[in-house]
Amino acid sequence: MGSIRFTEVNKVFGPNSGGAKVLDDINLEIAEKEFVAIVGPSGCGKTTCLRIVAGFEQPTSGSVTLNGRRVTGPAPDRAVVFQHFALFPWKTVRQNLDLGLRNKNLAKPRRDELIAGALHLMNLESHADAFPHQLSGGMQQRVAIARAYVLDPEVLLMDEPFGSLDAQTRVVMQEELVRLARVNPRTVLFVTHSVEEAVYLADRVVIMTRRPGRIKEVLDIRTKRNEEEWNRFQKIEDVMDQESFIHLRTHVWKSLREEKPDNRS
Amino acid sequence: MTDRPLSLRETMASGLAGLGCFLGIWTLLTVSGLVPRQFLPTPLDVTSRFIQLLTTPFAGATLPQHLASSFKRYIVGVCLAASVGVPLGLMMGWFRWLDDIMAPIFEGLRFIAPIAWVPFAALWFGTGIGGPVMIIFAGAFPPCLINAYRGARFVDPRLIEAAQMLGTGHLRTILEILLPASIPSIVVGLRVSAGLGWQSLVGAELIVAASGVGFMMVQAQANVSTPTVMAGMIAIGLAGMLIDVLLRQGEASIRRRRGLSA
Repeated sequence: MGSIRFTEVNKVFGPNSGGAKVLDDINLEIAEKEFVAIVGPSGCGKTTCLRIVAGFEQPTSGSVTLNGRRVTGPAPDRAVVFQHFALFPWKTVRQNLDLGLRNKNLAKPRRDELIAGALHLMNLESHADAFPHQLSGGMQQRVAIARAYVLDPEVLLMDEPFGSLDAQTRVVMQEELVRLARVNPRTVLFVTHSVEEAVYLADRVVIMTRRPGRIKEVLDIRTKRNEEEWNRFQKIEDVMDQESFIHLRTHVWKSLREEKPDNRS
Repeated sequence: MTDRPLSLRETMASGLAGLGCFLGIWTLLTVSGLVPRQFLPTPLDVTSRFIQLLTTPFAGATLPQHLASSFKRYIVGVCLAASVGVPLGLMMGWFRWLDDIMAPIFEGLRFIAPIAWVPFAALWFGTGIGGPVMIIFAGAFPPCLINAYRGARFVDPRLIEAAQMLGTGHLRTILEILLPASIPSIVVGLRVSAGLGWQSLVGAELIVAASGVGFMMVQAQANVSTPTVMAGMIAIGLAGMLIDVLLRQGEASIRRRRGLSA
C-alpha cells in the first residue's frame, strides 16, 4: 500500500486561460515504500506537486491517485511534514502528536503507547511536555516528523523539511531520516532544492524544468547505492566522498544548471 | 509622537501634570464665578459629594450599592455578548456559508447605536434586569463577534493545513485550532466590548432602570444636584478604567503564557 500515480497532471494558478501555468503534463509513478525526491529551480512547481498529493490543491486537469483511488482532499493516510513545521504552538509535544490519534478515535492507552513509540523513534522522550517555542528548530522538526509518523501513514510528504534548519542540524536530520527509512520504511515524496540531500536520501531523483514545471529526467539512485553499498557508512560526509555519489550529484547539478534563467538566451 | 520613548517616571509626571492643569482650570472657572455653580460645581463640591454618597443613600441607595447593581447587569450583559459573539464569530470564520448568511444582517445591525434599542428594551422588559442587559448586549456583541471572526479568518493557513492532514473535524478544528489561535484577537475584542458595554449600560440606566449609577444621575438631574451627577460620572469613569486595567492584565498574562512577549 502507498503507491502514488500522477497522470497527465496540469496545474494553472489564477484564471484557467491566461493564468500562470505551474505544472505541465506531469506523469510519475511512485512505488510502495519508495523514496522519491523532487529537485528543480525555485518556482518550478515541485511544492505544488506535493500539495496536490496532500490534497491541499486540485490539479487543473489530470489526476493523482493513491493506491488507485483518486486524491480529493487532505487525509491522515498522507502525512505532511512542512518546511516551517506547522506545530500547534498552544499544544505540548505530546498534545501535538495526540491530535491525529484522537481524530482516529483510538483509546487513550493505545494512543499513549503510540506516542511513546514515536517519541522514542525521534529521541524526543525528554521533551514530551515542552511547548514548541521552547525547542530548537531541529527539535521542532523532529516533533513534526514524529507527528506524521505516529499516524502510521501510507505516504509521507516532506516539503523542504530541512530548508529552515542550520547546516549542522540539517546533516543530523538527514542521517536521522535515512535511519528512519531503514527501521520504518514508507513511501516518501520529498521536495528539496538541495541536490546533495536528494541524492543522499532518495531512491529516485526527479529533476524538473523551470516553470511551467515538466519532468525533465528521473534518475535512479538506488541501483548505485546498493552496488556501492552506501549503507556501510553512518555519516553523510563518508557517503558524499564516494565517487559514485559525486558522479550522480554532478549529473543532477548539470541537469539543473541548464534550467538556470540566465541560460535562456 | 516623539521618537524617544518616555520612562515610567516621566510618563507618570506628564500624566499628573495634565490632570493638575485640568483640575486647575476647572477650579479657576468655578471659584472665580466665571461659570455659575449651578452649571458647573467646583471640584471640592464634587469630591465632598462623592465621599458623602459612599455612605449616604441617594435615590434609594448609596453610590457603592448603585455601582453594584450596575455591575450585576453589566457582567450579565457582557458575558452574554461574549458567549454568543465569540462562538458565532469563530463559526462564521470557519464555515463560509454561515458567513454568507450572517454577514448582511450583521453589517446592517451593527450601525444601530445600542441606545436606539431603548424603546424596545423598555417595551419588552420594563425596568427589570432584561432592559439594560439587552442594551449592553447590543453594545458589547459586535466587537466580540468581529474580533473572533477576524481571528479565525487570519489563522496561519499552514496550521489549518496541518490540522486537515491530521484528519481533524470541524468542531475540533474550531475548538482546538481556531479558538486558541484567535485568543489574542478575541481578548482585544473583549476589551472593546467591555468599554462599549459599560458606556451602553449607563446610557440604558438613564432610561430603563430603577437603580444603578445612571439612574442615580437621572434622579440627581431632577433634583438639580449637579455635584451628584458629576460624582456619578466620576464613578463611571473610575469603574471603566478599573475594568480596562483588569482586562489589560488578563491580556498580558495570556501573552506571557503563550511566549508571545517577554
